[in-house]
Amino acid sequence: MKKDEIPQDPSPLDKFTKEVCYAVDESGKYVTELSRGWEVKASALGITWEDIDKKVADAKQKVDKGELSPIAYYIELRVMDLSIVSAYTGFWKWTIKRHLKPSVFKKLSTASLQKYANLFEVTIEQLKNSSVNA
Amino acid sequence: MPNTFQHLQAAHCENGVTTNLLRSVGVTQITEPLAFGIGSGLFFIYIPLMKINGGPAIAFRTMPGLIFKRTAQSLGIEVVRKTFNSPAKAQQFLDDCIKSGQPVGCQVGVYFLSYFPKEYRFHFNAHNLIVYGKEGDNYLVSDPVMETTNVLSSYELERVRFAKGALAPKGQVYFPKAAKPVSDDQIRRAIVTGVKRNVRDMLYIPGPIAGVSGIKYTGNKIKNWRDKLGVEKAGLYLAQLVRMQEEIGTGGGGFRFIYGAFLQQAHAYHKNDSLLEISKSFTQSGDLWRNAAVQAAGIYKGRITSQADFNIMGDYLLEISELEKKAFKELSNVQWQK
Repeated sequence: MKKDEIPQDPSPLDKFTKEVCYAVDESGKYVTELSRGWEVKASALGITWEDIDKKVADAKQKVDKGELSPIAYYIELRVMDLSIVSAYTGFWKWTIKRHLKPSVFKKLSTASLQKYANLFEVTIEQLKNSSVNA
Repeated sequence: MPNTFQHLQAAHCENGVTTNLLRSVGVTQITEPLAFGIGSGLFFIYIPLMKINGGPAIAFRTMPGLIFKRTAQSLGIEVVRKTFNSPAKAQQFLDDCIKSGQPVGCQVGVYFLSYFPKEYRFHFNAHNLIVYGKEGDNYLVSDPVMETTNVLSSYELERVRFAKGALAPKGQVYFPKAAKPVSDDQIRRAIVTGVKRNVRDMLYIPGPIAGVSGIKYTGNKIKNWRDKLGVEKAGLYLAQLVRMQEEIGTGGGGFRFIYGAFLQQAHAYHKNDSLLEISKSFTQSGDLWRNAAVQAAGIYKGRITSQADFNIMGDYLLEISELEKKAFKELSNVQWQK
């Protein structure tokens, strides 16, 4: 890449930082230059988030229909998966899978609910009523 | 010890932490490209059965932690490295280091990293930063990918140091044990070690999924993604490839440009003009990676989605594989100055 070809496109990094790029100058020598961003990778990040948003919406719909417990919604909303939730809460993965059933979720102890609430950064009330608060 | 730590922005977090920490102990010659090259940072791997955020597990650089370890080792600098089970003990250790004037490299997760843009906050636990001071309850943080320094409260810092999941940092800290200037001769030898190890990793690593053969393997896989995954999912896979290749931290072109810069800087220590020529091959390779990214973007934006477009995408990687194979073969034949 030549120095004057370094893209300076709008990016989610705007207002946070510019990033260092390596490129060659007119004499062929490598130099560093700050870049605002590149449209190609901004759109890669963009469609990744569109996909996450879609998964969140799907999960929410299933929670609203009573097919899944609110935990399923928050797992998607916080871009987590069973392994990550398990690592933070200390629950086994199969335990978490059970907690995804609305019937099991209803009977969860306050202590268990608190673990999820802490991880998802919501109150127990919000966790229980996620369809209202989302 | 007075706090004289200097924040220098880098393209990649571990290179930056390595460079800044080594400079802080008197290794004045070190630069980001030298740290990357001496640490044999250039790599490629595609792990077929592993998923990251539901997409393919692809890396353009060597395993987290290795660049600092190898670079310090090659320069004869002893390293202190510690992980903790208790956050309280981890904080105490960090506080003691800072009090004695020692800037400390920390492995952290980015999900709870408050000064990062939301769009970048995935559950990725192999980010690196330096803590160089403390004011009240706030830690002074030098994150090499950021233009300026940042501040994290003790709570925020504990959260990122004890992020959970894959590659959990467990409060890991690391820094050079003692101040020690390094001679140009040591750098010269370290460059040779770094290049030879990188030749080995890219050309002779066993199995089809890593090194230059891994690039070829991935190119061939990509040609099947359309049939196997459908256009939409294949697009998401390609977007993940592009992010790993181009995102903040890579210097562009999947670290190939940083490696090109390394070979030019190596030339200052080894007056062998073939290094400059081989540097051009890596520039060319980085450019090809970026052309491939443009092709990928056409696919994930839904503009070009035929099998022929996937074939073109895959062929880019086959071409890159050949180019890098040739470049590393040439590197393995360089006559180094004694």
